[in-house]
Amino acid sequence: MRRVGRLAAVAAAVALLVTGCSSGGTADDGKITLEFQSLAWQKESVDANKQLVKEWNAAHPDIQVKYVQGSWDSVHDQLLTSFEGGEAPDVIHDASDDLADFAYGGYLADLRDLLPARLKSGIPQHSWETATFGDGVYGVPFLQEPRVLIANAKILKAAGVRIPTPAKPWSWEEFRTVTKKLSGDKKFGVAWPLKEPVSATLNLSLSAGGRMFHRGADGKVTVRFDAADQVVPRTVHDQVNTDGSASGTTLGMGGSDTLPGFFAGKYAMVPLGFSYRQQIVQQAPKGFDWQVLPAPAGRDGLAQGVSPQTLSVAEDSPHKKEAAQFIDFLLRPPNMVRLALGDWMLPTGTEALKDPALHTQKNDWATGTALAGDLRSAPAQSVRGYAEWKDKVATPALQEYYSGSIGLGELRKRLVKDGNLVLARYQR
Amino acid sequence: MRPSRPARAGQYLALLAYLVFLAFPFLWLISTAFKPPRELASLHPTWIPKDPTLANFRQAFDEQPLLRAAVNSVIVAVCAALIAVVIATPMAYVMARHRSALSRAATGWVVVSQAFPFVLLIIPLFLILKNLHLINSLPGLTMVYVVWSLPFALWMLVGYVRAVPPELEEAAAVDGAGKLRTLVSVTAPLLTPGLVATALFAFITAWNEFFFALVLMKTPERQTLPVILTHFLGAEGVADLGPLAAAAFLATLPSLVIFALIQRRLTGGMLTGAVKS
Repeated sequence: MRRVGRLAAVAAAVALLVTGCSSGGTADDGKITLEFQSLAWQKESVDANKQLVKEWNAAHPDIQVKYVQGSWDSVHDQLLTSFEGGEAPDVIHDASDDLADFAYGGYLADLRDLLPARLKSGIPQHSWETATFGDGVYGVPFLQEPRVLIANAKILKAAGVRIPTPAKPWSWEEFRTVTKKLSGDKKFGVAWPLKEPVSATLNLSLSAGGRMFHRGADGKVTVRFDAADQVVPRTVHDQVNTDGSASGTTLGMGGSDTLPGFFAGKYAMVPLGFSYRQQIVQQAPKGFDWQVLPAPAGRDGLAQGVSPQTLSVAEDSPHKKEAAQFIDFLLRPPNMVRLALGDWMLPTGTEALKDPALHTQKNDWATGTALAGDLRSAPAQSVRGYAEWKDKVATPALQEYYSGSIGLGELRKRLVKDGNLVLARYQR
Repeated sequence: MRPSRPARAGQYLALLAYLVFLAFPFLWLISTAFKPPRELASLHPTWIPKDPTLANFRQAFDEQPLLRAAVNSVIVAVCAALIAVVIATPMAYVMARHRSALSRAATGWVVVSQAFPFVLLIIPLFLILKNLHLINSLPGLTMVYVVWSLPFALWMLVGYVRAVPPELEEAAAVDGAGKLRTLVSVTAPLLTPGLVATALFAFITAWNEFFFALVLMKTPERQTLPVILTHFLGAEGVADLGPLAAAAFLATLPSLVIFALIQRRLTGGMLTGAVKS
């Protein structure tokens, strides 16, 4: 009896091997099939992407698109391996700050001669700059999000502070004054989630005229840390260490981690990406009154650096022209709006930005849309060696500065002196 | 000599602390899986959900092909475990019973190979599998997992084979059993706990592996559970926490069930008293 049982188990294992380990090939029916790897992850966004692929496939029987679900997690390594192995998807969804290595490495197609005039003119030049590396354009920037202040409306009203608008934002000084007024009794005016302090600092510094990276006449980039570059870091540092108006504990947190404290009234404001509204709508306690405020403005107004989401074409794709046609379809203004709404972000296209759905007061879409014109290419995007400068120099230096371990002089020394040594190695 | 009472109490306390340390993440995962979104963002989280819900499980199944991925994971992990054990067992026997400079070198190489990082191997592996037309196929991924777990499986089994006294095999030979009969009737039964432990190791390695699966399996119908779980993650570490916890909880169940079912087999008391020493 036991022997029969054992035989059955062995037979089952063999059957599993035979059935499970038999490969399934793909049939070649002569039609062009494009692979579109999307990084959409929220349900509305995935649905919008899949629906658009469906519509394209219905209208183009000879050029079928296969939707492949990618993931933001490890996308760089996955794409790099796919490129090296010659198995990259034809149409690639990524973010502009991830494209530099692929563009310079020759993995992505230059889109300048592939895209139609409508698409080129429909997206502002400052957005195209985010995907321009050297002389080529290697991605179509299509979704972006400004960093905004998500505020507890009840606390702000009770304090009687002036509510800023895109037309009349707070200055960085006024922002500091307001956060002081909103603090006390173990409550803070603001919680800075600065787990990734470099991109937040650099991108917000554009408003004060800070660029940090400066390209000389010889084309080489150097780091400077001038007065304009210091406005934002100094504000954050002083709020945490001098005024006590910003929580020190959130400095090492990601945006989502600050939400429980925000909902509990511990923080009056949290600087977050515009798309975080989706999480707030989903998670906020019933009756929680929140609103979106523009980030503080400086010498250059509300200017802010962004790294938009992009669509690119693989250099090895045998169907570049068709891939570009699909991108053009995906980014027609009404379609771009659908993608933006699905991701709770802003479209880059000027026509798409006029859509009424993006100007509604509901969930403060209108506030974010009003900021779209001020969004610029993140300062560090095209700088070779930026990733190493960020990881080895800037992140630890800014973390130590914000927590009060080092002063402004030491921060400058590290960012500039150590930073330029790193960049020099990439520019020999 | 038996330990004193305080020493024994200390041992139990240490064991309890260790169990709590191990159980905490899993229990928290279960708690999170049953919480509605508003409870997930509470400043004072509770162990027991105030308003328990199955919505996270529904959402996880609605949004991602979890069942298909689970089947893929089972197929790949079971195949990898079986093949690794089948290949490693005779190799381990030879390495354990016939010690030589070559077997020592082979053992050394096995240990060294464990230090290779994934990133170093992935591109050559990818190219090899591409030439074999095994990209985006379960056999291709299984092959990778077999190769990946084989060295450690071999190393484990060598230890188990060495624990079987050669005198037992000699006694069987004296009784007239041939080499094959001795291996099948004497050595193999005594190796059962070792074979089970090794298979389990290979299974868990394949079940949890993420990076190879991410790179090698492109289409949703071929992807394994760890890859599907990342689809609940957005940019900059934002996560759809409820459905992610629900899916992760379901993904841990098979390993737990398998452990529960075969833990009896892992006890190695069969050799007690086998030979007089």
